[in-house]
Formats: sequence, structure tokens, C-alpha cells
Amino acid sequence: MNSTFFIQYDVPALAAATCAAVSCALLGNFLLLRRLSLMGDAISHAVLPGIVVAFLLVGSRATLPVVAGAAIAGVVVTVAVEFLCRLGRVDPGASMGVAFSVLFALGVVLLEQTAASHIDLDADCVLYGQLEDIAWLGPEGWGDAFSWGHLQNLPREVLTLVSVGIVVVLFITIFFKELRITSFDPDLASTLGFRPGWMHYAMMILVSIAVVASFEAVGSIQVIAMLICPPATARLLTDRLHVQLWLSVACAVLSSVGGYMVAAHVPALVVGPGTPSLDAAGTMTVTSGVLLGLTIVFSPWHGLVARHVRRFMTAVRIEREDLLAMLYRLEEVHSAGDGETPRDMSKVQIIEALRGDRGGPGLAIRVALRGALRRGEIMGASGRFGLTEAGRRRAQGIIRMHRLWEHYLVHELGLRPDHVHRTAMALEHVTSRAMQDELETAGGEVATDPHDRPIPDPVPGDERPS
Amino acid sequence: MVMPHHGERPRSLETFPEHSPESPLSIHDMTVAYDRRPVLWDIEYEAPTGGRLIAIVGPNGAGKSTLIKACLGLLPTASGLIEIYGEPYRKQRSIVGYVPQRETVDWDFPVSALDVVCMGRYGLIGWCRPVSRRHREAARECLAKVGLSGLESRQIRRLSGGQQQRVFLARALAQEAHLYFMDEPFAGVDAATERAIVDVLRDLRDLGRTVICVHHDLQNVPEYFDEVILLNMRVVASGPVRETFTEENLLKTYGGRLTLLDEAANALARRGEPG
Repeated sequence: MNSTFFIQYDVPALAAATCAAVSCALLGNFLLLRRLSLMGDAISHAVLPGIVVAFLLVGSRATLPVVAGAAIAGVVVTVAVEFLCRLGRVDPGASMGVAFSVLFALGVVLLEQTAASHIDLDADCVLYGQLEDIAWLGPEGWGDAFSWGHLQNLPREVLTLVSVGIVVVLFITIFFKELRITSFDPDLASTLGFRPGWMHYAMMILVSIAVVASFEAVGSIQVIAMLICPPATARLLTDRLHVQLWLSVACAVLSSVGGYMVAAHVPALVVGPGTPSLDAAGTMTVTSGVLLGLTIVFSPWHGLVARHVRRFMTAVRIEREDLLAMLYRLEEVHSAGDGETPRDMSKVQIIEALRGDRGGPGLAIRVALRGALRRGEIMGASGRFGLTEAGRRRAQGIIRMHRLWEHYLVHELGLRPDHVHRTAMALEHVTSRAMQDELETAGGEVATDPHDRPIPDPVPGDERPS
Repeated sequence: MVMPHHGERPRSLETFPEHSPESPLSIHDMTVAYDRRPVLWDIEYEAPTGGRLIAIVGPNGAGKSTLIKACLGLLPTASGLIEIYGEPYRKQRSIVGYVPQRETVDWDFPVSALDVVCMGRYGLIGWCRPVSRRHREAARECLAKVGLSGLESRQIRRLSGGQQQRVFLARALAQEAHLYFMDEPFAGVDAATERAIVDVLRDLRDLGRTVICVHHDLQNVPEYFDEVILLNMRVVASGPVRETFTEENLLKTYGGRLTLLDEAANALARRGEPG
């Protein structure tokens, strides 16, 4: 790649896009947590009339008037949404939808009907941005890129976006505590003297500024995506607010840099050399969406895959406990003098018995069987499996829990004795420490369960995690 | 929001001979309305000085939470005066603690139990300053007082309902207030949490703090509380539990679904509306 071209076109475009993405993503975290993500969408559309009016008053697209116009429009839409919600009794989502579509349409009409339509501000540019038009004419290579003269010539979009990025970072750093409490518990915040209303408007003004600064470069579609996707991705990856903020920044950077790479290189790789590059703002938006999609599937805690793995592990544990309890009951029958019943079972018998009428491949049962063998809770001899001493102790605890539950369900809750076995089967696997204590108080001294089978003694050391 | 007002409004409670400036909470002639519909009428109340546990008791829709929120400045009052230790609330913010109902916050919020308790210190810390180690230690101690040591870094969704309620209580303790308002601290908690909360409340009383709780369970009012406010849109009776918490007063508070007062409130809300 030609380094002059890289510095003159790629660097400023990337810098602008990244700053825009990071500013939007940081603010988007708080919109997401306040369940106001749609508000970002609303503001990003509603600033249009603000920009046009500012342009009409000043006659140019100078940064400050445009930003001021956007900030005012942001406040107007925030107030309008609240007004509709409270006085018009319109649902919050619907109020946002109404407020932003009306204001955006107003902006479009103003744009069409005024001199603004003669300049390069039009609805298309608002939607898609002009990332490819940002150029830093001057530096020929890295050597002279950081000289004062060239830095002064940085494109206006880059300077604006870098300043906005700094303001956003400062705002969140300085008011982190206030943002946290007013987002989490506005009533408490208010009694402590923090003004949830002020924080709300400050946020909305800042969102408006970040949005208007960003969409000249990247367009409102990407702005909306950056307000929502990186925070939503980060939220799935952590349960701590400051970590979430950092992750959302990482995700925003990844989306913009990754998206830019895709736009620049993928057409040439896929179609062939010489193919024009894709619209970078578009690929960045898609990248952020793909990141969110991947996270929904693969996130280590909240992800679909993790959830299925956890569910499977739980199923395996339950099968293992059922297996031990089953062998324990078998031993009971065996030692009751019925000489025909063996105290061990073959693998096929175990799988059939545990599977019951559920059917299915019994994968969890096979894994559970192997787990019990590995833990030394059962042992196998000539294809038949029986309890070891350790397994018997473990099973005794499970059976005790099962029969205590049966006792409780029959004697405390008044269920019929022949109805409680299944319920107890389910409950014995999910009994927490506190529940166990309560069961012990209710039936700890009782010798037999409702079916006259002995409740085994408690096993020392067999305490469940709280 | 305009309420019909009668007579002149006193500028300060000092004009009332029976008023004691040391009272943790005095309310005079307070009316609160939602959307023009009055929900609290002409509330008069003066909490006794010294540590007390006070229950606000009344049927659904009696305005119990509204009373608390009005005292905390979270709802506008249509008329009346509220003083806390002889001063208006806005001057006494720092010595008033608040435990909202558990359902009012989003428990999916990415904060840990300790983060939430630290929020109780925010008032002491002030604007724009980070939570220092000293405040975090204080918050940790408050978590220990409600029996939640070891759960500091747990995300709040992963706590049980009772533990969540205790986190809220710990947060209030962290405020180091003199007067506490609690909105149904016993709602939907397990037995262990109920005991823990009662212990904490008694400790507060022994320290001379006043705790005012919206309370639902009539059965344990005499056991848990010293004073009671029987509320149904107006104060039906208030005072020490032994004298006030009588069958007669309870009948007056809970009896009669649609009282004349209720109907009048509806009529006021309907003013100027069709039909």
C-alpha cells in the first residue's frame, strides 16, 4: 500500500470513524442501561432540523452553530418525548417514534425548501455520511505527519470528532458516579442531592452533539448502530459497569477498523483486483452487528452456547445423583433379604432405568456414568456397576434429602403420599443450604418417610453450597 | 396543579405551640395530588423525639408510599409544610436515608452488591469525586451488618430477593442518616432476611435513629414497631402502638371501600373533563 495515500486518505477517515464510534458507544452504554436506546435513534434523526435552522441563521456549515443547533434540537426532542409520554399519555416507545419522525420530516422539508438544498447538505449525506471524502492533504509520509503545519491542516471532521471524543470521555470520567446512580436509582439519587433531571438533559445534549459531529463523517445509520451495538455487545460480556465501558470502546474500535478493512480489501479479494471498494460506513455498521451476533451466541456467561453447555452439565450432575440414588435403593432391597435382587446393574440396565420414559440418546446419562466412575463413586466388575464406599456416602445424602422432601411435602404441605415421589426427585437436586436447614428442622428427627422407608442419617461433610 | 386552599398558610411550624423543633419529622396540613386527584389530604403528623421504629399502615391505595415520597421531595406537595429536625428537607438531605421498594430499580444493572452499597455514600462524597477506599470500607462494613459478607462482588441479579432487600438496607446504613424512610422493607423476604432487618432496625433505634417504614403485615406491627401511623388518604390515627393500633382504629382505616373522601377525590380529578 502506498504510504502517502494511506496517510492522506485512510488515516483521517479511520480516525474520524473511530472517534465517532467511540463517542457514540460510550454514551450508548448509558442509553442502553436506562432503556433509552431508541432515544439515540430519535435524537440522531431529530437533530436534522436543528442543523438546517442553524445553517439558515448563520449561512455556513461552521462547526459551532451546527453543534449548537443540534444540541437545541436534542433538548427539544427530549422534552417533546416526555411531554407526549406524560400529557398525551402515549407509550414511551411510541412517543420517541412520533417525535423523531416528525422532527426528521420537518428537517427534510426545511432542507428542500431552502438554500440548503444547493449545498452539499442533503438527506443522503445525513444517512450515509461522506467518509471517503475526508482527506488530509499535506503530509507525504509518517516523517512529516506530526509537524505543526500539517496537524493544522487536519480535516475539519477529524478535529471536530477528536474534540467531541475528548469531551465525552471527560464527561463520563468526571460524572461516572453521578451517571451510575442516576441511571440505576434516580429516586435515591434525587434524595442524595444529585439531579437526575440535569444528568438526563446533559446526557441528551451530549448525545446530540456526538451524533451531529459523527454523521457528517459516517452517516446516521452508523451512528445509531454505534449507539446500540457496542454497548449491547459489551453488556453481554461483563457484569461490571466500568468494564462494560471499556469493552464497548474496544468493540467500537474493532467495528470501525475492521469495517474499514473489509470495505477496502474484501471486494478486491472476492471479486478480483480493481474492484471499487465498498461503502466503509456500511461495512462498519455491519461489522458491529456481526460482533453483537457472535457475542449473543458465544458470550461466556450470557451466550447461547454457554447456556446450553451449563444446562447439559446440570443434566449430567442430576443423572449422576439419580444413578447413585438408584444403586442405593437397589442395595436397600438387596439387603432386605430379597436374595434375587442383585446389588449392581449392567450399563444397559442403568441407561434404560435412568432414561425412563423420556427416550432420547441418553448422552447425559453416559457422561454421568463415566463421571461417577472417574470420581470413584461406582466401580465396575465384569460389566456390572455397584456403589463404592464413597459413592454410598454420597448417595446416602441424596436419599436423605429425597425422603426429607417427601416427609415435608406430605406432613407440612398435606400432599398425598403417592404424589410426592416425582416432586421430591426434582427437588433433591436443587436443594440449597438454607432449604436443607429448613427441611432438617421440619423432619430431621423423623425416622421414616411417608412410604415407611428409613430416612438415612446425615452424612458428615455432605453440606451443600449455600 | 392547584388545590383549593383554605385560610392562610403558616410560614413556619414554630407558630404552633405544640410543635417541637427536635421532632425528626413534622408534617403540617400537607396535601398531595397525582394528576389533580388528591391522594393525601391534610396530613398532620409529628414523630416523637428519640429513637423510634414507626410503621405506616393502611390499605392499598391509601397513599403510604406517596407520604414517604412527598417527605423526601420526590413528589410535589399541593400544600403544607414538612420539617425534619426543625428544618426544611432540602437543608437536611444529608441526614435522611431512603430505602425504595425493591421493584423500583433494574436488578440487571451491571453493578455489584458493594457498588450499590457504595451509592449510599455518594451524598457524603459529593459531586464529581470518586469513591475512596475509606468509603468503600465503610460500605463493606454495612454489608457485613446485614449479614452479606462475602457477596460484595456478586452482580445484584444473582442475589436472592431477600439478599437484594438487605443490600438496599445496607445502602441506607451507609448513608449514616438520622431519619430513615423505608418503603416496604419486609415485602417478599425470607425468614432469615426478616430477622436480619429487624435486628438492624433495632440497632438503629438504640442509636437514637428514627425509622419510618411502610408496612404491610398487620400481624407483626406490635412486635416490630413502637409507633404506628394508620393511613387511608388521611391520618386516621397515629401514636404509640399500644394505644393506637386498636381494632376500632383499624376498622376505621380499612373499612368501607369507597368512602366519601374517595368519591370527592374522583370528583376533583374529573373537573373540566367530559362526562
